[in-house]
Amino acid sequence: MGEVDVVALRGVDLELYRGEFVVLLGPSGSGKSTLLNILGGLDTATAGHVLYSGTDLTAANERELTAFRRDHVGFVFQFYNLIPSLTARENVAAVTEIATRPMKPEAALELVGMGKRLDHFPAQLSGGEQQRVAIARAIAKNPAVLLCDEPTGALDSATGIVVLEALERANRDLGTTTVVITHNMVVAEMADRVIRLADGQIASSERNAERKAPKELHW
Amino acid sequence: MRALDLKLLRDLWQMRGMAFAISLVMIGGISTFVMSRVTYESLKVTQQHYYAEQRFAEVFGRLVRAPESVAEQLRELPGVNQVETRVVASVNLEVEGFADPITGRINSLPDVGQPLLNVPFLRAGRLPEPRADSEVAISEDFAAAHGLRPGDRIVAVIRGHRTRLDIVGIALSPEFMYAIPPGALFPDYERYGILWMNRKALATAYDMDGAFNDVSFSLQRGASQQHLVDRVDQVLARYGGLGAYGREDQFSHRFITEEMRGLETMATVFPVIFLGVAAFLLNVVISRLVATEREQIGTLKAFGYSTAQVAFHYIKLVLAIVAAGLLAGLGLGLWFAQGLSSVYQVFYSFPYLHFHFDPVILLQAATVTVIAALAGTAVAVRRAAALPPAEGMRPEPPPVYRATLLERMGLHRRLAEPSRMIVRHVARQPVKSGLTMLGIAAAFGILMMTNFQRDAIDWMLGVQYGLSSREDLTVVFTDPTPRRAIYSLQAIEGVGHAEGFRSVPARLVHGHRSYRSSVSGIEPGGELHRVLDTKLRTVPIPAEGVVLTDHLAEKILHIHPGQLLTIEVLEGSRRVFEVPVVGTTREYLGVNAYMSREALNRLMREGPAISGVRLAVDKELQPQVFRSLREMPRVAGTIIRDTAIEQFDEMMEQTILYFSFITALLGGFIAFGVVYNSARIALSERSRELASLRVLGFTQGEVGYILLGEIALLTLAAVPLGFAFGVGLSAYLAVAFSSDLYRIAVIVEPATYATAATIVLVSFLITAALIWRKLSRLDLVEVLKTRE
Repeated sequence: MGEVDVVALRGVDLELYRGEFVVLLGPSGSGKSTLLNILGGLDTATAGHVLYSGTDLTAANERELTAFRRDHVGFVFQFYNLIPSLTARENVAAVTEIATRPMKPEAALELVGMGKRLDHFPAQLSGGEQQRVAIARAIAKNPAVLLCDEPTGALDSATGIVVLEALERANRDLGTTTVVITHNMVVAEMADRVIRLADGQIASSERNAERKAPKELHW
Repeated sequence: MRALDLKLLRDLWQMRGMAFAISLVMIGGISTFVMSRVTYESLKVTQQHYYAEQRFAEVFGRLVRAPESVAEQLRELPGVNQVETRVVASVNLEVEGFADPITGRINSLPDVGQPLLNVPFLRAGRLPEPRADSEVAISEDFAAAHGLRPGDRIVAVIRGHRTRLDIVGIALSPEFMYAIPPGALFPDYERYGILWMNRKALATAYDMDGAFNDVSFSLQRGASQQHLVDRVDQVLARYGGLGAYGREDQFSHRFITEEMRGLETMATVFPVIFLGVAAFLLNVVISRLVATEREQIGTLKAFGYSTAQVAFHYIKLVLAIVAAGLLAGLGLGLWFAQGLSSVYQVFYSFPYLHFHFDPVILLQAATVTVIAALAGTAVAVRRAAALPPAEGMRPEPPPVYRATLLERMGLHRRLAEPSRMIVRHVARQPVKSGLTMLGIAAAFGILMMTNFQRDAIDWMLGVQYGLSSREDLTVVFTDPTPRRAIYSLQAIEGVGHAEGFRSVPARLVHGHRSYRSSVSGIEPGGELHRVLDTKLRTVPIPAEGVVLTDHLAEKILHIHPGQLLTIEVLEGSRRVFEVPVVGTTREYLGVNAYMSREALNRLMREGPAISGVRLAVDKELQPQVFRSLREMPRVAGTIIRDTAIEQFDEMMEQTILYFSFITALLGGFIAFGVVYNSARIALSERSRELASLRVLGFTQGEVGYILLGEIALLTLAAVPLGFAFGVGLSAYLAVAFSSDLYRIAVIVEPATYATAATIVLVSFLITAALIWRKLSRLDLVEVLKTRE
């Protein structure tokens, strides 16, 4: 096993703009997650360059990548990845404590509609609530880029919409560049731009004429 | 408090059972370290203080008789600070209501003023007044054994004269902290007393007016002790000098020094075992924690926590466990140290104890523990810190299982599925399984220590008194006596067999090595005293040549059979002669050089002289025998075998009981720590698997079997390893503790194995009960929902 090199991405050429809401669509194995990991500085590309505001991330070492993630990127994961031993407020605080210009954890949670459940542990929250805490955690540091990997993947549609509303609000109110990867086509309708990935390549990149509000979406 | 520190506290609370078990093992290491070091320091400080206060001499000399004017000559010797001459007399004592013969030693006190050296420490009453000829102070142990108090009276028989003595004081002295009657092996406080009385009175009674037979020196700063010993020997040679010696050869001092050396061994061996096991347990627990927190670590790193921050987070967790162990270990260690110091204080007749705790000891304990803990967890912490965040997000790949060697050999047909799961799980992690077994084996080793000392001493006493020294009584004469004295002893009603022996104080020399001891001339083919070899067979005493205790030959003099041993006699005309070593003998108490009595008499150029007689006595008639012996002026002392054994046993009992209590407790800590942690980790690793089986219809018992069966298998497999480890540890301690005073036999009785096994089994049962409770709470739905 693992003797054959698997190329996840090949010849991807992509620009993301400040304040943009981008949805990356593609089936499983199309290289979405790898692209997101590289954009967020979780992984480095074996070839090519990633430029962030003029800085080449591919040339960055471990310490510089850590600083990049700490100061500029917020992540939202499919399975929320909250720390089970910390309450909602503490989960957010874990990130704001190391950030340079964070908002208050309470304010971030208020923004995603979780202001009433500050002191609940993850195990006491529903999936949608956990994901909203995760979004609060991601936006609390005021990141320039918010990267979301299947944020509604583990949720039913009603709950998913609440989560998408939280993302949309963060993008609108804070001007955070937001990238959402999903295999759910419907989500694409709320984006500024939709990029389709297939077999590790960009198949298409289209700009939506208008962004739909999350509550107009159904799946 | 920072969010990550909150996580740490809650993680700790979550794993409190395991953390507690690890702390227990650490407590074992730290407490034995603190106990041994603090006891050692306390005894050392007490000893120094006691020696200084009582002006304990540095060089000692015995002689037959020298005029007091010789003292002047001794005072002039280079390096001498102070000199004190004394009259020392062997006496027979009588205490009202006590029938057994009592011997004693009376030391003279200066007629005017305090002694310059070896000042008795007064516990009660006072020292004899000047010119109060009948006043004596007596040793505390002797007083306590008979309930004697100032104001009571005893009778002393000095040179055949019965004298009534008034006890005015109870005293102790560094000279007699471990007071052993001449010719005996153990202290016997009921039958051997130390007395102090005015010199004039004693000298008159003992025919020593204007003379002395004992001298002590203190040294000038920087003076060579050996040099002074040599010069003293030269001066005293013509006065019947019996050989001067330095403080390190002084019997009481030797014994205490050996015991303290033992404490230093303890301070190394036990902590190394405990901290090694604790480091292993920490490794297992932290590795598991890192595995379960993979995603959390990935998330933290994704959000910008650095490698160092993640590493420090887990190091803090380890340090928290260490801190708990350190504090509790320190407390327990100090408590043990107090107990042990008091045991030693009584055992060695210290008049007081300066309990001394040097904070450096805590610092040492903390340093060693932290290093051990961090070394144990370094790999796991590194793995956590170095985890690439993207990888942390992905679930861990399922563990790779293989059919084990046993199964491939065809054994699988005999194993049901659950048993096969156990075998595969054990075989999948051979290092961890092996270390778990080692940990349990360590518990066995420590637990076997509990009874090993007991076994060894019982066996040594059995050999010494059952096979080697089989006499009921030993009579020691004041001076060499013609052999025909045996007949007058045999004539006493109740005396059966009698064997004379000749004992000559001598320095044994081989090359540049020498040892002060005596040469025992015994009757070849004697029934009462037999010399044994390593297989406990009687070693024949040859007509010529000398047989040495193996320790004396191999470890001290480095001499082999066939080589020539130089014997420098320390009495009479101080003859020097060479004799071939013809064999060695195995003895556990003391070291000896044996010759045939006739050969020794011949070399001494004397007739058939003996120094004492060993007797077999009819128990019923023993009191009459004592009475007759008391009438014999040449009898310096009588040693009764049974009481000597009893006394020794009683004394050792207290010390050993204390050690047994400690080792059993701490061995239990290790056993429980290892077994409980192994089970908990297995439960954590496999709760999903076990819950799935429960969903599939397995009963709690069947699932419990899979989990606990693994631990049971490892525990059982650890049994032979543990026994081997226990014997190895015993052998190591036997070597570490061996000296010319005594050697410990490596004897482990079946009951010792059984006790160790029982305690390990109990640890397993407690663990099983705790795990069973956890299994009954296994939330089937919740466990299946969690993502792996």
